[in-house]
Amino acid sequence: MLKPAFLELKHLHKQYAKREVLQGVEFSIPAGSCYALVGPNGAGKSTTIRAIQGLTPLDGGEIRMDGQALSTLGAAGRARIGVVPQMDNLDPDFTVEENLWTYGRYFRLPKTRIRQRSAELLDFMALSSYARQPISALSGGMQRRLTIARALINAPQLLLLDEPTTGLDPQARHLIWQRLRDLRRQGTTLLLTTHYMDEAERLADQVGIIDQGRILAQDTPRGLIESHIPGEVLELRRLDGSIPDPENWHQQQVALSERVGDTLICYGQNLQQVMAHFIHNPDYRWLQRPASLEDVFLRLTGRNLREDGH
Amino acid sequence: MSWQDAIPNPGALAVVQRNFGVWRKLLLPSMFGNFGDPLLYLLALGYGLGHFVGHMDGMPYITFIASGIVASSVMNTASFEGLYSAFTRMSAQHTYAAMLATPLRVSDILAGEVLWAAIKGLISAVAIIIVASFFGAIQGPWVWLSIPVILLSGLSFGSLALVITAMARSYDFFMYYFTLAVTPMFLFCGVFYPLHSLPAFARDIAQVLPLTHAVALLRPLLTGQLPRHVPYHLGVLLLYTVIPYLIAWRLLVRRLLR
Repeated sequence: MLKPAFLELKHLHKQYAKREVLQGVEFSIPAGSCYALVGPNGAGKSTTIRAIQGLTPLDGGEIRMDGQALSTLGAAGRARIGVVPQMDNLDPDFTVEENLWTYGRYFRLPKTRIRQRSAELLDFMALSSYARQPISALSGGMQRRLTIARALINAPQLLLLDEPTTGLDPQARHLIWQRLRDLRRQGTTLLLTTHYMDEAERLADQVGIIDQGRILAQDTPRGLIESHIPGEVLELRRLDGSIPDPENWHQQQVALSERVGDTLICYGQNLQQVMAHFIHNPDYRWLQRPASLEDVFLRLTGRNLREDGH
Repeated sequence: MSWQDAIPNPGALAVVQRNFGVWRKLLLPSMFGNFGDPLLYLLALGYGLGHFVGHMDGMPYITFIASGIVASSVMNTASFEGLYSAFTRMSAQHTYAAMLATPLRVSDILAGEVLWAAIKGLISAVAIIIVASFFGAIQGPWVWLSIPVILLSGLSFGSLALVITAMARSYDFFMYYFTLAVTPMFLFCGVFYPLHSLPAFARDIAQVLPLTHAVALLRPLLTGQLPRHVPYHLGVLLLYTVIPYLIAWRLLVRRLLR
């Protein structure tokens, strides 16, 4: 059964000088589900998040939350949204709990409610024992957890997370994922941007792949993989660095393949033949694995480096 | 973004409260500066220079200079807060970005910053008034009336500073404002000597500067007299509050909402 959309983005356009950063971005998120926007640097992920917050005036399109246009809701809309920004902007002059109290006041929440909610959130994010510590005493992962706790102070219906786990160690990432899944179960609608495919695969009900301001594909993580990558993946790496399989022998066996430097990547249902051919060749190292979202992502957005973005 | 969005909501008070919370943590060094600096000025200029000057405008020089220092300290404190401190919050700490993810709007942040700059100005002014009254340099029944004047002056210097902050790319930019605006006002707006000792053209220039009007109101109030031309002086200070506020709002909207 299809749940009604809680957040709807319709044909968003945004231009900076001559550069079009959003070119018709369109997707919707059902209430209580998680949508991951994945894309290379400069693809338009952060601009989309800013637009939902009303911080980026759009050149076209509309954003609706719970059936109402966000542009008419204004500040009242933001009262129902929580934001985890890409860059931590905790208040360095305050302790952990003071950060939450101060933030609660920006929402004009009553003091008793702020105190109660802060204590709950510190517990939820496993930070209770650090309540009176200064921000400088926290590790990167703890600061991120506090930023997430802060974004929840107003019990938001929609939580926006811009690259929530970039730069964190695996332990910190897993804890955060666990908590985000808890929130989703409690009915919070989540929108996150990431360039970690495993993060999108683990968290999202729907994934949208965005590049150059356009959504290239969207589906469930499984659906995306199944419709773009046929079957399994075999990576053949030539140890001496020269071109793998120069005679293109593999092309008789597999329908889809690509060469990336010293590596030949074959996609298909039946890769046994190719493997049998190369497995005893000492010039090659091989890796067989199931197809992942990263394969879809790289096929759709290409392998060029994106270093102009921010 | 319509001009109605320039009118702040009560949310601005949460911004003031945040800044107050940080200030309270640094209370000791802050208060030390608030009391220590004017004491040095009063001793050096009031007693040191005053010994040679004697009386000025019919009052002992230390009395003359005390009210001037109150006014210039409001300017300095509010300007510093609106420049360096506000820029740090906006640029280095990304506090404004964090605030804009809440129902706070640009006008709430700006109004909170301007009001806080005025409150800091008032705190420093009150410290000087306390110190100077021990020297008998502040007196009379109208001292309490100086508080709204100090607040209004602080609002105008705070608004002006935030215009500069909204345009600044780095801290270095503030040197222009200090050298071209703050220091000339400090020296030519009646803090150290009465305006009538200036040549006519300089007097005219001084009339368009806000500090002149702050001094014109504060000096009588702090020395037991009622000021003259009150609506005129208050009107200029009010203009210097409202117009820079609107300009700063416009610039900040353009800077923060891209």
